[in-house]
Amino acid sequence: MLLCLHIWFLEVVSNCSDDGSHAKDHHLSLPVSTGDLTTSAMGEMEELRKEMENLKDQITAARKTFQDSTLQEAAAGVTVVGRVQLKTRKTLRGHLAKIYAMHWGTDSTLCVSASQDGKLIVWDTITTNKVNAIPLKSSWVMTCAYAPSGNLVACGGLDNMCSIYNLKGKDGNVKVMRELAAHTGYLSCCRFLSDTEIITSSGDCTCVLWDIETGTQKTVFAGHQGDAMSLGVSPDFKFFISGACDFTAKLWDIREAECRQTFGGHESDINAIGFFPNGNAVITGSDDATCKLYDLRADQELLTYQDASIMCGVTSLAPSKSGRLLLAGHDDFNVNIWDMLKAERVGVLAGHDNRVSCIGVSSDGMACCTGSWDSFLKIWN
Amino acid sequence: MTINTMAKGGWHRDQMSCFRKMEKVIVAMQDPDMGMKMRNQRLLITVIPHAMTGRDIIDWLMKKYNICEEESLHISGLLVRYGYIYPLKEPRSLVLRPDESPYRFQTPYFWTSTRWPASELDYAIYLAKKNIRKQGELMEYEKERYSVLHKRINHTWDFVVMQAREQLRRKADRIVLECQEQAYWLINRPPPGAPNVLDMGLVRPHNTARVTLNSEHYKNEIDTCKRALGRNRVKSSICLEGFMKYSEQYQNHDPIMQGCLPSNPWISDDSAHWTMNLETVPTPTRLRVERWSFSFMELLNDEMGRREFMTYLEKEFSGENLAFWQACEDIKHGESSKIVEKVEEIYRNFLAPGAPRWVNIDSKTMDKTLLGIRHPHRFVMEDAQMHIYFLIKKDSYPRYLKSDLYKNLLAKGIVPQETKKSVFPFMRRQRHSSPSPAQVATQPTEEVGNAKGAGQAGTNSAAGSNV
Repeated sequence: MLLCLHIWFLEVVSNCSDDGSHAKDHHLSLPVSTGDLTTSAMGEMEELRKEMENLKDQITAARKTFQDSTLQEAAAGVTVVGRVQLKTRKTLRGHLAKIYAMHWGTDSTLCVSASQDGKLIVWDTITTNKVNAIPLKSSWVMTCAYAPSGNLVACGGLDNMCSIYNLKGKDGNVKVMRELAAHTGYLSCCRFLSDTEIITSSGDCTCVLWDIETGTQKTVFAGHQGDAMSLGVSPDFKFFISGACDFTAKLWDIREAECRQTFGGHESDINAIGFFPNGNAVITGSDDATCKLYDLRADQELLTYQDASIMCGVTSLAPSKSGRLLLAGHDDFNVNIWDMLKAERVGVLAGHDNRVSCIGVSSDGMACCTGSWDSFLKIWN
Repeated sequence: MTINTMAKGGWHRDQMSCFRKMEKVIVAMQDPDMGMKMRNQRLLITVIPHAMTGRDIIDWLMKKYNICEEESLHISGLLVRYGYIYPLKEPRSLVLRPDESPYRFQTPYFWTSTRWPASELDYAIYLAKKNIRKQGELMEYEKERYSVLHKRINHTWDFVVMQAREQLRRKADRIVLECQEQAYWLINRPPPGAPNVLDMGLVRPHNTARVTLNSEHYKNEIDTCKRALGRNRVKSSICLEGFMKYSEQYQNHDPIMQGCLPSNPWISDDSAHWTMNLETVPTPTRLRVERWSFSFMELLNDEMGRREFMTYLEKEFSGENLAFWQACEDIKHGESSKIVEKVEEIYRNFLAPGAPRWVNIDSKTMDKTLLGIRHPHRFVMEDAQMHIYFLIKKDSYPRYLKSDLYKNLLAKGIVPQETKKSVFPFMRRQRHSSPSPAQVATQPTEEVGNAKGAGQAGTNSAAGSNV
């Protein structure tokens, strides 16, 4: 029997302003301070604020003029995907507590996972053997990453640090190579650019590019007005995107060290973010239980993936290799599979006994790995 | 990943939107016209009014949202786990049974979102009531918590007992109130070992005010907005078309969509697929060679592709361009300590007058680069590298794709045979779990027909219902 779900709400007309933090549809005001101000200073501020709001409205209007088609028209000729059914092929057992993060290696068979039991485990997903089990100094780990070369792994969390481990040390032991400490908030996500550079996002609202050799900050990307929750690197390694608790996603130019674009529209914290495989769009997943696709060239939201029967927030997401499918992990223990072009749900992965905290598709597109608070990782395809 | 946070006012921001959505469903279920039909349920000697069976709930949700039973079970299970519906039989087991088991709606007074967070005082009063009502009615874990609370809030204990007695005095609807209260506390103070739906994970430290809304801030915002206003934008139809073309092009290369040959290593435990695609195979697969024609980056990102391309360039006596590009990449992503020596090497080999592998860069870029070399840094070669990159991409790359070298590779590229089961050679081994889109198109089965019909019905109901 096919899973038939109607398109509940197609969001092609977007109303996101360039900086989402002051959008009118926010339910919660962020903590602010205005300090002591004289009446004239207040007046000047009010003028500036009005000017800013005016500009934002103009941007919204400008974006609207570039919306010249609906999804139905555009995707009319695309073949229907039909029901997508993935089965669990392997279950990786070994963690003793909630798994918070996982990341595939570029060879598509090894992956690393981080859990609250204070361990970082590198798995051979075919044999389900543990290649490395690295004990961590701090068990409050929230993120982990695998370097493209396969030589290094990184992790971090409530210790506000990003710890880099060398897997290919001379004596065969895995040791801490660097501890990158400068953030004043928890580490929510980290991704390697190479063996010498890594980008981190933090609860102190900034993202940082580090030089691993010297252990110093090379660039600080500030601009978010809420905790930065996750980040993704573009396929050409020139840009990265970050999603934050100010309900916006930002595109950053790594070399020029500036924010190129800001996308709003979500009604709650953005927990997960990723690039569409061709690097031209950003996909975000939020606590408001929806995922959105923002196109970089159109500079706006083009698609929203939501359904009335999906009530729990998105914790993690990953697109399939061709970008046709989007897999999103939720708080309600399920993973929803979306047809990205038609904005229809085409499948569900139900196999975990607690919330799905992380998800990843291997670089050859063969398998999807999910990690959950039930302490298991599952490989699906 | 959602992380626990206590913003001002004590609301758990994370949970609130999912509670609101569930409450909308609950309200719709209790709608006098379109909602559920309730009846009196008999429980031992009492008759409980306004109850429904698990089966009724499943059926109503299936009809309302046009979903299958599996999904309806999942959603109704959520509603029970979060305490919006509670079971009358076996009240400690918060699951939804799709049979004649009776369930009841939780009163809004006891919704988790209404009284958030559940207070210690209230819990103490609840346990005290239970204790007074019937000696020994408390469960083991409740007894432990009771004594812990007794120690912790000893100073208000008289108040606790007084409240408990007062609440017990109210006789009307006693059983109903007890059921509702019990359900509330099972969610907010779950027994040890039971899943805790309100578990929000790591508690992150409370952040002091970070955003200072002063003139400085607004001026920065205005600058950003002005720049954003002047940005070039592309029409959405063109962008959407771009995504469709990309997905179509890569569909055969997406194993989740199309499966993979010779077999899916995850199903067959045969890693032939990977061995065939290693860096060092003598003959690449056809799919792989095909990918090189999708974009220049695809070619460059594949070690073998780069090697093959280099062979072609050497024949055309323009191999130095690719070598230069690779050397620049090495500087960008390599060790800081080696930057100076690498830059010097590049200068000697590629840029100096009379260099053995001299690359042709325009004079303006060359001047700028030579100036930059005096103070070498990671991106000193960026402009020159970009120039050469676009040169190769626009000129050599398209010609390579038309060359005999490439065409031969493509023709000779391996298309692996699908491995067949040795016992039943005529049976197709399952390549992947889902039917591929190609198969769906060629075999118009009943399934596809149903999907279309149901899809239309779905859209109609979307127009009609108001959640």
